[in-house]
Amino acid sequence: MSAESNLIPLLNTAEEDVNRQMQICNACRYCEGFCAVFPAMTQRLEFNKADIHYLANLCHNCGACLHACQYAAPHEFDVNIPRAMAKVRLQTYIDFAWPKKLGALYQRNGVTLALSSGLALCLFLILTLLIQGNLFTKIEEGNFYHIFSHNTLVALFGSVFVFSILALLVGVVHFWRKVAPKEEKRQQEPLPAMLQAGKAALTLKYLDGGHGQGCNNEDDAYTLSRRRFHHLTFYGFMLCFAATSVATLYHYIGWEAPYPVFSLPAMLGIIGGLGLLVGPAGLLYLNYKRHPDHGDQAQRPMDRAFIVLLFMISLTGLLLLCVRETTLMPLMLALHLGFVMAFFLTMPYSKFAHGFYRSAALFKSYLERFKEKKAKQ
Amino acid sequence: MIDVLVIGGGNAALCAALMAREAGASVLLLEASPREWRGGNSQHTRNLRCMHDAPQDVLVDAYPEEEFWQDLLKVTDGKTNEELARLVIRESSTCRDWMRQHGVHFQPPLSGALHVARTNAFFMGGGKALVNAYYRSAERLGVQIRYETPVEDLEIQDGRFVAALIPERQVNGVHFAAERIEAKSCVLAAGGFESNRDWLREAWGQNERGEYPSDNFLIRGTRFNTGTLLKRMLSLGADRIGDPTQAHMVAIDARAPLYDGGICTRIDCVSLGVVVNKEGERFYDEGEDFWPKRYAIWGRLVAQQPEQIGFSIIDSKAVGHFMPPVFPGSKADSLEQLADQLELPRETFLRTLQRYNKACRSGSFDHTKLDDCATEGISPAKTHWARPIDTPPFYGYALRPGVTFTYLGLKTDATAAVRFANQPSKNLFVAGEMMAGNVLGKGYTAGVGMSIGTAFGRIAGRNAALSCLDRQPV
Repeated sequence: MSAESNLIPLLNTAEEDVNRQMQICNACRYCEGFCAVFPAMTQRLEFNKADIHYLANLCHNCGACLHACQYAAPHEFDVNIPRAMAKVRLQTYIDFAWPKKLGALYQRNGVTLALSSGLALCLFLILTLLIQGNLFTKIEEGNFYHIFSHNTLVALFGSVFVFSILALLVGVVHFWRKVAPKEEKRQQEPLPAMLQAGKAALTLKYLDGGHGQGCNNEDDAYTLSRRRFHHLTFYGFMLCFAATSVATLYHYIGWEAPYPVFSLPAMLGIIGGLGLLVGPAGLLYLNYKRHPDHGDQAQRPMDRAFIVLLFMISLTGLLLLCVRETTLMPLMLALHLGFVMAFFLTMPYSKFAHGFYRSAALFKSYLERFKEKKAKQ
Repeated sequence: MIDVLVIGGGNAALCAALMAREAGASVLLLEASPREWRGGNSQHTRNLRCMHDAPQDVLVDAYPEEEFWQDLLKVTDGKTNEELARLVIRESSTCRDWMRQHGVHFQPPLSGALHVARTNAFFMGGGKALVNAYYRSAERLGVQIRYETPVEDLEIQDGRFVAALIPERQVNGVHFAAERIEAKSCVLAAGGFESNRDWLREAWGQNERGEYPSDNFLIRGTRFNTGTLLKRMLSLGADRIGDPTQAHMVAIDARAPLYDGGICTRIDCVSLGVVVNKEGERFYDEGEDFWPKRYAIWGRLVAQQPEQIGFSIIDSKAVGHFMPPVFPGSKADSLEQLADQLELPRETFLRTLQRYNKACRSGSFDHTKLDDCATEGISPAKTHWARPIDTPPFYGYALRPGVTFTYLGLKTDATAAVRFANQPSKNLFVAGEMMAGNVLGKGYTAGVGMSIGTAFGRIAGRNAALSCLDRQPV
């Protein structure tokens, strides 16, 4: 190893390909108006490992630059930014996962999520059988605390959730330290950049194509469907999360579940659940329709397994509500808890992580933009 | 029988097809290339030079008709047709809403291209995005589109278009029989002949050194512009315009691919350093004017040098002041090493550089204006941005002539009609590179190719539709 390589980390094959393609893009720049990646690229003449990791996570895989690219295959330059970025992005999920060894779970992520779901389902079915003796008992008012007490659920899910969020944050903080050097951070007023990044993330600004007509899916036509289904998924998920949080709060002020349909937790859960049903269904449909050159084909199992898991959580949750006063309640409860547990367990090792890494990259991109604006003044 | 047949698949052809279809005609568009290479040179374009009297969305300030005309007059050295040029200029001020209706999006000027923020409207995603939008719109409106359908010959009777002939061919192993396609009218928009190596050789001939200069030309655009139809039209007696050696020609990276190198192969550091030829000698004022106003002459300048090669030499002071080139340059810590790397004769090269360095008068360097850094007592002089090349590392980029498109074409008038013996055809029209030579006798200014293609594409399409209804072209 040369002395230099101790200072500048060597690029792996996927990173080298991003570097090669960025040199072409930087000499062309036609795609500047599409998203945040290209303006960030023009700030650089060279791309080191950290830059590449940052840009890879800034890319939303919208596909616009691929269809517009004069250098895409069959051109000998074979430029495909969404694919090159997707490959590096997966690598960052693997590299920054904590504990480090578990990053390997990304390598066969479809299997990871399927196995986790299987195990979690078995766990809750067995627990229900152990506690209840069978899966089909009618319980007064559909009170599932008769099967699993509130404290049991808090202990089980709370501990897994806290661990998973911590693991995810450790990874993202590690990523942030790599891509945003200290001196850069010190020069900044972080709040405006944070607000802008938050807005870009919450509105999925970079799936609008830069012109508001949306991103690409099956061909060179623009569509807003991916953005909308993602909104349904994300906001549906957040409403479900809010439902659980409100219910927890109610519990501690003395109003215990089950809640009537027209209560706040139930309504939040129903509306969120519907979003989390329609959103993932739409995303899955779009994923199957997706142009084969978009992104990294090898990552489709990761995307699809995660979408299906979200869909199953919502489906079993809504069914649970429907059948809670029938003999099907214990079975449905076990299924729902199983899927939720699988989701919690795999949060730091599934597609779920993408939102965190992308938000961090967006934050950096707005920090850079504010810095540039300041420098110009 | 189809009403309007459009031959070609780039910007001008698409504009014609869309206009004809909007006027109610049935339209068939024949593109010679496969779908993935569709769009001709338009897929490599990035903007449209636009007249405007006040700020408009992405365009700042004003760019009035007269200024546009004067710019055109300057770059063409008067080799233009004022009536047609002014027609293009006026059309450029009104066509963008129509373009938007067909799905074209505009974006603010690209970083590194701010100097044209006033004059040029950039397509979001570049020309291929524009071409994609037009094809989508054409399909939606019911224009029939056929790829891999090269037209080899036309049947013309008394100056009227009768039919287009497509030869027998193999496409992906599938055999297609020869075809004869009749239509009531026809628009020719099949590009220049820049990708026809034999024709280029014939046009450029042999120089005094015994070289065939065009053998060393690279083609920045599509490999499908072989000029088959242009040649056929000329031999059928269509009136011609332009000199076959005139073209939009810039100096590009010698390592660029033979075809379709597009924008990224250009070298933007010429005005920041010096350019020497194979013999190590300078041959032209690198700092004559702003690079965007001079880039279009350097292709020809390099074409005139031995072996059609030049070398742009800069030092580390220039880094960061120009758009990054796609391929890394040769890099050396001394000029001697650089000469060796570029295989230039050491002595002459060093003498050239020493003379140049000594001749640099001190001034205040400012690349954003015509500054006072000039040389004294050498020939050719460098009249702006002349700073000694003395700060290692030194960089060198080999340059070759890169042809974007040729200017030899069919003579036309304000109706876009093809002319035979100075009489306009009633149903045969021409647009794009096949007639750009009417406006561009020589030289080039950024974005004007798309202005010509859009203006004449639209006129040709409209008039082709009118001629099906036996109405007079307008």
